Amino acid sequence: MTNFTPFVRSEMIDPREPPSGQQGLVRWARENLFSSPANSVLTVLGGLAILWLLMGIVPWLMHSVWNAASLSECNAIIAQTWGPDATGACWAMVRERWHQYTYGFYPMDQYWRPNLAFVLMLVALAPVLFLSLPRKMMLFSLSFPFIAYWLLWGGTIWAPIVVALGFGVMALVFRFASPKLGVPVGAGVGLLAAAAWWLLVQTPLSTALHSAIPLGLREVDSDQFGGFLLSIVIGITAISASLPLGILLALGRQSDMLLVKSLSVGFIEFIRGVPLITLLFTASLLLQYFLPPETNFDIILRVIILVTLFAAAYIAEVIRGGLAALPRGQYEAADALGLDYWQAQRLIIMPQALKISIPGIVSSFIGLFKDTTLVAFVGLMDPLKGITAVVRADINWKGIYWEPYIFAGAIFFLICFGMSRYSMWLERKLKTDHR
Amino acid sequence: MAEHAIDRSKMKVSDEVAIQITNMNKWYGQFHVLRDVNMTVQKGERIVICGPSGSGKSTLIRCINRLEEHQAGQIVVDGTELTNDLKNIDKVRSEVGMVFQHFNLFPHLTILENCTLAPIWVRKIPKREAEETAMHFLSKVKIPDQAHKYPGQLSGGQQQRVAIARSLCMKPRIMLFDEPTSALDPEMIKEVLDTMISLAEEGMTMLCVTHEMGFAQAVANRVVFMDKGQIVEQNEPREFFNNPQSDRTKLFLSQILGH
Repeated sequence: MTNFTPFVRSEMIDPREPPSGQQGLVRWARENLFSSPANSVLTVLGGLAILWLLMGIVPWLMHSVWNAASLSECNAIIAQTWGPDATGACWAMVRERWHQYTYGFYPMDQYWRPNLAFVLMLVALAPVLFLSLPRKMMLFSLSFPFIAYWLLWGGTIWAPIVVALGFGVMALVFRFASPKLGVPVGAGVGLLAAAAWWLLVQTPLSTALHSAIPLGLREVDSDQFGGFLLSIVIGITAISASLPLGILLALGRQSDMLLVKSLSVGFIEFIRGVPLITLLFTASLLLQYFLPPETNFDIILRVIILVTLFAAAYIAEVIRGGLAALPRGQYEAADALGLDYWQAQRLIIMPQALKISIPGIVSSFIGLFKDTTLVAFVGLMDPLKGITAVVRADINWKGIYWEPYIFAGAIFFLICFGMSRYSMWLERKLKTDHR
Repeated sequence: MAEHAIDRSKMKVSDEVAIQITNMNKWYGQFHVLRDVNMTVQKGERIVICGPSGSGKSTLIRCINRLEEHQAGQIVVDGTELTNDLKNIDKVRSEVGMVFQHFNLFPHLTILENCTLAPIWVRKIPKREAEETAMHFLSKVKIPDQAHKYPGQLSGGQQQRVAIARSLCMKPRIMLFDEPTSALDPEMIKEVLDTMISLAEEGMTMLCVTHEMGFAQAVANRVVFMDKGQIVEQNEPREFFNNPQSDRTKLFLSQILGH
């Protein structure tokens, strides 16, 4: 027995428009804002909350004052223009003090040096951030740290050149030692050779060269650095140094060699277990005790080293997550083709593991950049607390509260938001798996 | 199997020994996976290894390029003994090609880059020359037009043929196949088997772990049956399929050919 009617279609149905309430804005609002009575109530309440906030903020921003010499003058202008009860933002402070937020107490007649360094930094970063640019530009990126150091701190030009030669010595020793001793031992020997160069050859050679050809800029002391100049110097240096260090630590943690593995695990767990502030105090106070008495180890350099180590421990763990996400087959295929460990890591494993880890790595970088404000605790003039305290200590700007923090916060937001957008762009660009 | 008659003119087994396995044993912890395996593979042989799952057949061929380490006995590949010496291992690996069940192509590289990577970095061949070789082998596996796509854009059968081409670009003397068709849809199995047949026709020494008994009958000169980590029976294909000796082999064959 059949309980269906045999059927043959004689005419095909043409497509039609959906019903009027089922398309466009109406449909979107119905689905996303008013899908149930409870959601409708929440939507209305949310709308009211936003309205209430805007009613507070918008007049304050609308009554902004840009031209005034002090906070009291600001308040007078606001009261005069919008009535005695009106509130308004006093951006005149930013107008007067922007240079301190940017450069700290860097000598004003030398502002061209950080400016030039900043532009060169953008050029140096370009080939690192955008893989389509010619690889030859990387040569400039590699020499940029030395150029920037010389521009920012000044002094003789020979000091950074001789330091750079130390890296040359390291590369040369590594090149000859690694085929015989293997990559890790070769790298260790190279590092020792470079350390010997910096300890024994550095000062005499750069002094000799300087007396032969005196070429230099006026010296600027680390105490004079401040504001976003300081944040960017610490942030960018620590970011670029912590990524390679983090990769090595992640690999070390996965190593079969017990010593390498336990050192890596110990380092990562120690650093992650200690607050950054503790490490910064260590940098500013304790480290000096362990070094030979006459060495004057620059405070910014000490801070950079500890911030780098701190970030590297986090990045190592992020990358370890990426490594764990790779199927075993990738390692096996690389092995089966005869690639050695370092080739497999560089060509097969790391490109994929880093790609997976991009969101985590960039989060760490953003965190690191914001953490540079913590250097205020070791007496450096960070833009958020250090410079703001200076501004508010001025009798003219005493009592100004929201404006400096909003200003510094906005600039931090712009930089961090930029990093975040870049990472999203990079992820999309590197997406080749077509899942 | 293949539409055309199989050309056996170059399928010659020489006297030269390609792989010599002597009293080889392997354990995973306490579990004895491979037990007293002895096997001599001559140059030009096409060996099919079959057996129930867990019989150690994959482990056996993975020992030949040291993806797995054996704990006792001896494996000599092309005159080089496999020991802990990394130099020897890399040398053997660059001369032994391997094709995996799940292809294991590198998803972040194009098809062409997948094929040129090892020649450039291991064999130190100039990039242009490596690309020419790669295109040659990609034409051979009939997908030269996909060279600039990424593995994720290809079908399973195409990916497996790329994996074969990638191995061939290293000009290996021996090819290992670890269940190359097990992860494929039925219609894609044929295109991969055809590629393997044409490889056999050129005289390649091949060890294949596979359940494709048609392939075994058509191409293999020897079928090895394994169970519980040991070689239970080996014979030429016709004898093996028509006249199996051990009860275990008979049971296995009745199960896989029974329907």
